[in-house]
Amino acid sequence: MALSRLSLRSTTFLKPSSLRRHVTTDTTPITIETAAPFTSHQCDPPSRSVETSSAEILSFFRDMARMRRMEIAADSLYKSKLIRGFCHLYDGQEALAVGMEAAITKKDAIITSYRDHCTFLGRGGELVDAFSELMGRMRGCSNGKGGSMHFYKKDACFYGGHGIVGAQIPLGCGLAFAQKYSKEENVSFVLYGDGAANQGQLFEALNIAALWDLPAILVCENNHYGMGTATWRSAKSPAYFKRGDYVPGLKVDGMDVLAVKQACKFAKEHALKNGPIILEMDTYRYHGHSMSDPGSTYRTRDEVSGVRQVRDPIERARKLLLSHDIATEKELKDMEKEVRKEVDDAVAQAKESPVPEASELFTNMYVKDCGVESFGADRKELKVTLA
Amino acid sequence: MAARIHGGAATALSTFNPKKLVAPSRTNLPAARSSKRCIVAGGGSDASKKSLSVRHSQKLIANAAVATKAETSATTGTGHELLLFEALQEGLEEEMDRDPHVCVMGEDVGHYGGSYKVTKGLADKFGDLRVLDTPICENAFTGMGIGAAMTGLRPVIEGMNMGFLLLAFNQISNNCGMLHYTSGGQFTIPVVIRGPGGVGRQLGAEHSQRLESYFQSIPGIQMVACSTPYNAKGLMKAAIRSENPVILFEHVLLYNLKEKIPDEEYICNLEEAEMVRPGEHITILTYSRMRYHVMQAAKTLVNKGYDPEVIDIRSLKPFDLYTIGNSVKKTHRVLIVEECMRTGGIGASLTAAINENFHDYLDAPVMCLSSQDVPTPYAGTLEEWTVVQPAQIVTAVEQLCQ
Repeated sequence: MALSRLSLRSTTFLKPSSLRRHVTTDTTPITIETAAPFTSHQCDPPSRSVETSSAEILSFFRDMARMRRMEIAADSLYKSKLIRGFCHLYDGQEALAVGMEAAITKKDAIITSYRDHCTFLGRGGELVDAFSELMGRMRGCSNGKGGSMHFYKKDACFYGGHGIVGAQIPLGCGLAFAQKYSKEENVSFVLYGDGAANQGQLFEALNIAALWDLPAILVCENNHYGMGTATWRSAKSPAYFKRGDYVPGLKVDGMDVLAVKQACKFAKEHALKNGPIILEMDTYRYHGHSMSDPGSTYRTRDEVSGVRQVRDPIERARKLLLSHDIATEKELKDMEKEVRKEVDDAVAQAKESPVPEASELFTNMYVKDCGVESFGADRKELKVTLA
Repeated sequence: MAARIHGGAATALSTFNPKKLVAPSRTNLPAARSSKRCIVAGGGSDASKKSLSVRHSQKLIANAAVATKAETSATTGTGHELLLFEALQEGLEEEMDRDPHVCVMGEDVGHYGGSYKVTKGLADKFGDLRVLDTPICENAFTGMGIGAAMTGLRPVIEGMNMGFLLLAFNQISNNCGMLHYTSGGQFTIPVVIRGPGGVGRQLGAEHSQRLESYFQSIPGIQMVACSTPYNAKGLMKAAIRSENPVILFEHVLLYNLKEKIPDEEYICNLEEAEMVRPGEHITILTYSRMRYHVMQAAKTLVNKGYDPEVIDIRSLKPFDLYTIGNSVKKTHRVLIVEECMRTGGIGASLTAAINENFHDYLDAPVMCLSSQDVPTPYAGTLEEWTVVQPAQIVTAVEQLCQ
């Protein structure tokens, strides 16, 4: 809807190339080379030429800008104590969520760790549901009972949202197993971080996935810091894409949205034919591990601002759009303003949303709430009320 | 004050001498309401009286105890006789036939047929995808089962021995129990986690674990313990059909129990306790293998003129306080006999629940006989002393019913 608004506004411009005013919805394929090549392990890397379109790149920009704005809004909400507990922000890593979505369908499953706000958004989650959940309101995606680390969206096959580092990896292999069991041609993307890459359950799950040819794609979001410990201090071999040994791996520049899209597309085709594959996404987070972590005790501010200048995914998308004449500087700024308004509106709406009622404490404990009532084995009739 | 009871000195029921079981320093229980702890003393001169024949008599009585159960449906009709592990297998097979989403995963469940033969023949019938031989990685395959359950499959996860599931504790506690709640009801986790546990025949400390006490406080799961072929099959079927995660506790020593079960299909209610023997004088609550020790003690008690009401609680979480409560209201005395550890065990929770809810109906403090808080020793004689023996049960009943 916003895109068409843009093209409406742009018809007032008189530009020498009349073709230009229509490219915002232009889906004719264009091919762009990724900035860096892929490094592979036990497989042939995909080509650097990515098929995309103007409309797609514009949507990338917009989605990433929305995610960035959401995370920054969450930051200020946390500081004003409307969000409590743990809040892990994803800004800097948006290209991963957006690029992945571009390569897959909503029937493919995604499961990730606690840094899940943007992945939720990418799966089609609403901003207002995200903010409501963060602030513990009824409107939230988990009715306010999950919090920042427990976003889920079943109808879009987004399985969360898990607080314990690495515990989602076996779950993700279970999703892949279920897909294989029901013979659907879908895959599961199992996201974990460089910190979780040292968990035993990763290797247990890898073994099973490779043994049974499960369509699981394990994506290591390597943002180089496991909370406060850099990868060189926690891993003997920080080449996470090679850790699979017999499982092929691919190292991808995780801040180049086109490279992410290409890698995920390649991985999906691979997984459906040959079983699991590891994708190591080289990315970076600007915030600390969570809002309680300033993020400056274990890395220098220069490092953070350096990455922001050189590798920021949104800036790269912007440069791409400008250099390919897909949009003007002003159009992009307008788009960002719209996104900002969208996010502000969502925050305001979420703030209005009511907190859960006291009775909500006990709902969704058990299906059909057994414990106080005793149901027949098929849960169809209430046999007796206990005590 | 703790009441010390020296029990288990009898070598056989016929030479049972009640005088030997009375500790000289025992206080009068009904007056000393502060004490409901019953410590089984294992040492001293009584130790020399123990012999192998106690264990033999347990095995002999087990089948006879089953006959006193009140479930009438099993005794009508033709029925067929089978062993407990075969009953579990029958239940599993019937559910796998009925619903293509049911699958089994565990170590050696497929081609090997299961280390206790519960899944024998299933891999040949249903194929490798539905009866999965996993590598030895409890954490990963339990997590896998839970992840598959999130999409709608109904895995039955077998721990070769319940103790091994400690390695999957994170998956069971955080993911299995909590995902239904933290996702706001979006996901249900219809898994069944089952396996043999309990003290076996000199299996050693690490293979004689009773995990009921560790799992009981996980919110969101249900726990049931089977004790007869009839309820094993019924509970297995009900657990598979349930939308909630259910942990089914089996016992290593009960797999070879023989019983006649109905030919027609039946299911046992997951949350209901089983009335094993109705009575008037005292309520004895028990589950799993201790049911047989209790029934053995019951025979002695009946001979001595007591009329115990024996209830197999079956549902360890949640407790069937309805059946239990009705029984307490009738008899006013409760003895809990369990194989769990004393500290933080099922008996401890049950005692608290009974005291909270039925305090007015009690004429004596709730007494709980549990296993000793020790790792299970290898030596046979010592192992006997870690679990509750029928003679101790008899002594406790006599004490409570004064």
